Amino acid sequence: MNKININLAVTGLNNTDNPGPGIPVIRAIRESGSFNVRVIGLAYETLEPGIYMTDMVDKVYMVPYPSEGSEALIQRLEYINSVENIDVLIPNFDAELFTFMKSAQKLEEMGIKTFLPTLKQFEERHKSNLPEFGKRYNLHVPKSSPVLDRKDIGEIRKEYEYPVMVKGKFYDAYIAYNEEQVKMHFNKISAKWGLPVIIQEFIKGTEVNVVALGDGKGNTIGAVPMRKQYITDKGKAWGGISLDAPDMLDLTHHIISATKWRGGMELELIRTEDDKLYVIEINPRIPAWVYLAVGAGQNLPEALVKLALGKEVKPYKSFDVGKMFVRYSYDMIVDLEKFEQISTKGEI
Amino acid sequence: MVQDLNIFIPAKFKRKDMKLKKNIAVSESGFIFDPSTGESFSMNNIGTEIVEYLKQDKSFEEIKKSMLEKYEVDSTSFEKYYYDFINSLQQLKLIVDE
Repeated sequence: MNKININLAVTGLNNTDNPGPGIPVIRAIRESGSFNVRVIGLAYETLEPGIYMTDMVDKVYMVPYPSEGSEALIQRLEYINSVENIDVLIPNFDAELFTFMKSAQKLEEMGIKTFLPTLKQFEERHKSNLPEFGKRYNLHVPKSSPVLDRKDIGEIRKEYEYPVMVKGKFYDAYIAYNEEQVKMHFNKISAKWGLPVIIQEFIKGTEVNVVALGDGKGNTIGAVPMRKQYITDKGKAWGGISLDAPDMLDLTHHIISATKWRGGMELELIRTEDDKLYVIEINPRIPAWVYLAVGAGQNLPEALVKLALGKEVKPYKSFDVGKMFVRYSYDMIVDLEKFEQISTKGEI
Repeated sequence: MVQDLNIFIPAKFKRKDMKLKKNIAVSESGFIFDPSTGESFSMNNIGTEIVEYLKQDKSFEEIKKSMLEKYEVDSTSFEKYYYDFINSLQQLKLIVDE
């Protein structure tokens, strides 16, 4: 089979204890039989470990934070593209997606292809919009309310029973057993991720997840359900196992078909004691544990790149149940010159 | 963490035949994996033997007969241990009522 030559730009090189999906995505695409790939890493911070993984990235550029606005990002990408001639870009952070989605047309004009959810899809599945989302698509969802002002926290007890979940609009989720704890988490989350902070009904059960890819026409290209077996204090999966859970796949197909979901997706679900599945979050991107899906037989990042390139992709029909991933940490030795180069020149 | 599932604890009495959930995988070493939940458990030899019988759809009477022939245990004690073990399996949603 003739391999396709591509220049692929990827963000999310933060392979830390709160890992971004960049490195697993790159690993999946490097292992794909379909591409000869040159990987251009895009990093926000100079100590993102992926910057220094020379077997994963061919070149890395620093890019401005999404908070600096789409203009600054596009300017930087124009420069990077003039050197690298990027074919496909896979953004991997929730916080940057909006900027990339808004700039999709501009990127297209630059010859850079993406395969992202539409703005409507992105907006309607927001944590603060989850109750309406559940109603619209007939899903079990927890009651959720956005809180914009610290002084409204006292009102929570009128509508919710403690404990409640306190969540950031992009990341972070904490359980709070009383008003004081809500205030503490509200301060921490709002300082980091801004407002609103979301108060969510606590659903008792087992957390299970699905990684999936929609083709934008209502078809599910692939989906693998997983249960976290080892969870870090940041709530991240450090080990997990693929499941034989037809009801989770049915739910995924339903959501992708009803929303005509385009791109990668992670469903965060709670299975209650009576086997109901509650949708607690829909992340509009590939999750950091995506390599489990690859190991189980579904190379979803490869399929996403093919979709971005406008190629026809046949849906995956099966995957291996009982495949596990176990994450590990590893110390790379890095010469100071490399750190100096990325810090001062913004590229390496 | 893999939970131990041994057959030692006193039990409540309950008389009905049970079936192992269809897709449960049991290895010779006594490792049980429930692919629908991702949970896994380990059993001692006697637990493994009983689960093997359940997989073969043997009735309680058939299992009791085999076990009494093989082990030095009286019928009442076996029944007590057996149903306690079954209760554990039931709580872990590894078996379904006949």
